[in-house]
Amino acid sequence: MLYVVILFLFAAITLYFLLGGADFGAGIIELFTSTDNKHRTRKTMYQAIGPIWEANHMWLIITVVVLFVGFPVIYSEMCTYLHIPLLILLLGIIARGTAFTFRNYDAIKDENTQNFYNHMFVYSSFVTPLFLGIIAGSALSGQIDPTAKTFAGAYIFSWFNWFSVSVGFFTVALCGFLAAIYIVGESKEIADTKRYIKKAKIMNVAAVICGALVFTAAYFENVHLANWIFGNKIGVTVVVLATLSLVWLWMIISAQKNRQWIRLLAAFQVSMILIAVGHTRFPRFIIFKDGSSMSLLTDHASGKTIDDLAIGLMVGSLFILPALGYLYYSFQKKER
Amino acid sequence: MDDFIAARSQMALSLGFHIIYSCIGMVMPVFMAISHYKWIKTKDPIYKNITIAWSKGVAIFFATGAVSGTMLSFELGLLWPTFMKHAGPIFGMPFSLEGTAFFIEAIALGFFLYGWNKLNTWFHWVTGVVVGVSGIASGILVVSANAWMNSPSGFDYVDGKYTNIDPVKAMFNAAWFSESLHMTIAAFSATGFAVAGIHALMIYRKRNIQFHTKSFKIAIIFGATAAILQPLSGDISAKDAAKRQPAKLAAMEAYFHTQEYAPLVIGGIPDTATKKVNYGLEIPGLLSFLVHDNFKTPVNGLDKIPVKDQPPVAITHYAFQIMVGIGTLMMFIGIIYFIALFKKKSWFNKAWFLKLFIVATPAGFIALEAGWTVTEVGRQPWIIQGVMRTSEAVTKMPGIQYTFYLFTFIYFTLSVFVIFLLKRQIQMVPELYDR
Ligand code: HDD
Ligand code: HEM
Ligand code: HEM
Repeated sequence: MLYVVILFLFAAITLYFLLGGADFGAGIIELFTSTDNKHRTRKTMYQAIGPIWEANHMWLIITVVVLFVGFPVIYSEMCTYLHIPLLILLLGIIARGTAFTFRNYDAIKDENTQNFYNHMFVYSSFVTPLFLGIIAGSALSGQIDPTAKTFAGAYIFSWFNWFSVSVGFFTVALCGFLAAIYIVGESKEIADTKRYIKKAKIMNVAAVICGALVFTAAYFENVHLANWIFGNKIGVTVVVLATLSLVWLWMIISAQKNRQWIRLLAAFQVSMILIAVGHTRFPRFIIFKDGSSMSLLTDHASGKTIDDLAIGLMVGSLFILPALGYLYYSFQKKER
Repeated sequence: MDDFIAARSQMALSLGFHIIYSCIGMVMPVFMAISHYKWIKTKDPIYKNITIAWSKGVAIFFATGAVSGTMLSFELGLLWPTFMKHAGPIFGMPFSLEGTAFFIEAIALGFFLYGWNKLNTWFHWVTGVVVGVSGIASGILVVSANAWMNSPSGFDYVDGKYTNIDPVKAMFNAAWFSESLHMTIAAFSATGFAVAGIHALMIYRKRNIQFHTKSFKIAIIFGATAAILQPLSGDISAKDAAKRQPAKLAAMEAYFHTQEYAPLVIGGIPDTATKKVNYGLEIPGLLSFLVHDNFKTPVNGLDKIPVKDQPPVAITHYAFQIMVGIGTLMMFIGIIYFIALFKKKSWFNKAWFLKLFIVATPAGFIALEAGWTVTEVGRQPWIIQGVMRTSEAVTKMPGIQYTFYLFTFIYFTLSVFVIFLLKRQIQMVPELYDR
């Protein structure tokens, strides 16, 4: 049963990254779109994510709930030492969620307020995944120091370090990439499609650069990232698969065929990255400065809790997954 | 400000705002589904317009409800890590089911908001109903988590260790039913009165009378019914609290000395130093009757509770008086509505009648906040009644007052925005829906 819960936890994190990430990416793309095209881009984006966007963010709630019910010690440890980045993440979520809804449902669409919502949306779309990445990076970077004597040592340097921050930027780039790929499939005019493909290329390059940054930072901060990933068969396989899928992706994109495939490949690529990291660190979830760690296999809730949680998750997904699938399907179909 | 007070204030603030958004998010979809149904049945376009206008409100409140709720699920850990470390696995069951309910709600809302002219009519209607049902289900679930804090069960607490954990037993704790019932009714009466009040104002100002009259009726039927049921369920809650949290009951009633023919104190200023209530109205025996159905049986007072386990008396007492006072008024307004509906149709056009509902617009929400203050402050100094003290639960990170200021700023800005948006929504009714 514990493994069921862990599986759901990883699935929720991955899905949040893919679906919520593409949402964040929508704002990131808007940030980097020239003013002339902003309006059209925004509209296409909106049509694509409007109906599904609340649902996409549920995966975060599921993640948090699974953490605090199933792995309460891990959750409370993260909440203590990563209080500040979590707080900024929250601010980003608030700003984004409200701006997105407000700009659409404001009964009077005058330029000033719309501009205000747009700014709020775009900047928070950048900040939120940045800090999501920082939090993920911090959990793994081994900079969390429960013995620290100073405020900065305990609550700032735990996340404000080169490694975590570059993971943050890497996350931003990946979200932009996901969104660009997603929107390629939504645009109806060739000129737009070309523009989005260009965006996707830029984001891809950005992701590679940020990825390199992550490895460099890892080297200087003594995080043995390269070792973790390339030091075992699964890690290597996954990286090779991700690279191959990327090449394939660019081959089909240039041919401008099959839009669903493009999306699946992009999603596949990003999941491979998550799996590579997740697999090599499993079962460790937080690594501390002194090298000790918190593990999903030992630091979990006791008693009936894990069993009940697993049953709850399984029964819940019986309801959720078909409904969610039908939602995506319905709003895909109408595009044709 | 000290960190502990800051953390408590931040939690109270966040919950205080979330409850407003979430109650509206819970009840508005029900109203929306009713008017949607009427539109499908009567084909009267006004009902369609009402449905669309309300659905925009639902979307706004859902978004604010969702972000403030997301914040809460983090804040539980950010502010009370020690509490969550122990309580998470025990009272987490309703939260994980609630996650499912939210998810379904979000999916259904996607269908509903974007489904006009795209989905089969009845399927579209059902998605609206699902939004309402899952909203109410999440409300009930989260309140049963709160009920667990008031009446912890489903585990054994031995030598500071929590063993034999059974999350299902914890969910169905002794308080879950009375709290959830009272809360759900409160959501309907508060939202019903608020919505009805706004539409009454518009009728009063002679704007789009047909549109607003129909909206008013849907909202107030629920609001008035709930307001009449509320004192009954409040009585169940009070009897329950007397059993499981005598300290809370005593503080609510500002009842210091255990005695036979215990009096009910109405109003007054409790003085903890002299253990007396000044200027209050005392009705002998009534408290005994309310708690034990018998005028004589003694009720346990604060003198039975060690001082270090007593909640703040004054706040709890005032909050309770506010809730009950407003609740009684709302019940009478509800009765007046039904008299008008069945006997005196002419009242509907009278200015005093409309004014009554205009004045009552915020009443339910004030009572709601007061009620939660009773529940939460009355539980102090415990975060888990009798098991863990709030002061043991708080985070060790210093500087919480700054996050408290930040959250205060955010919540107020958010509310200003929501009010601004609703105003513009109402302002546009003539242009959008008056054809
Ligand atoms: C519209 C709002 C509203 C109204 C009119 C009332 N209440 Fe209430 N009350 C609530 C809204 C509320 C609440 C905010 O929803 C609470 C907080 C926790 C809960 O479950 O409900 C609550 C709690 C609450 C409690 C504490 C329960 C506990 O701690 O477990 C009692 C004893 C009462 N109520 C009793 C009453 C009585 C006797 C009323 C008579 C008119 C009344 N309430 C009207
Ligand atoms: C939505 C309505 C609610 C309101 C308005 C509310 C209000 C408050 C208030 C005023 C406090 C501070 C009490 C004090 O420190 O004196 C508080 C504390 C708290 N509440 Fe609630 N509450 C609500 C519901 C809930 C629910 C549903 C839960 C959990 C499931 C909850 C969990 C807590 C926790 C963990 C604290 C902090 C510890 C404490 O002070 O006891 N509350 N709340
Ligand atoms: C009495 C207290 C509460 C009630 C009645 C309540 C009810 C609701 C409802 C009905 C929603 C749906 C949003 C909407 O339709 O507008 C919601 C959202 C949410 N609530 Fe609460 N809630 C309460 C307290 C809490 C607490 C203490 C937490 C956190 C631990 C919480 C977490 C959430 C979350 C995460 C969401 C967002 C889910 C979404 O996106 O729909 N709620 N709440």
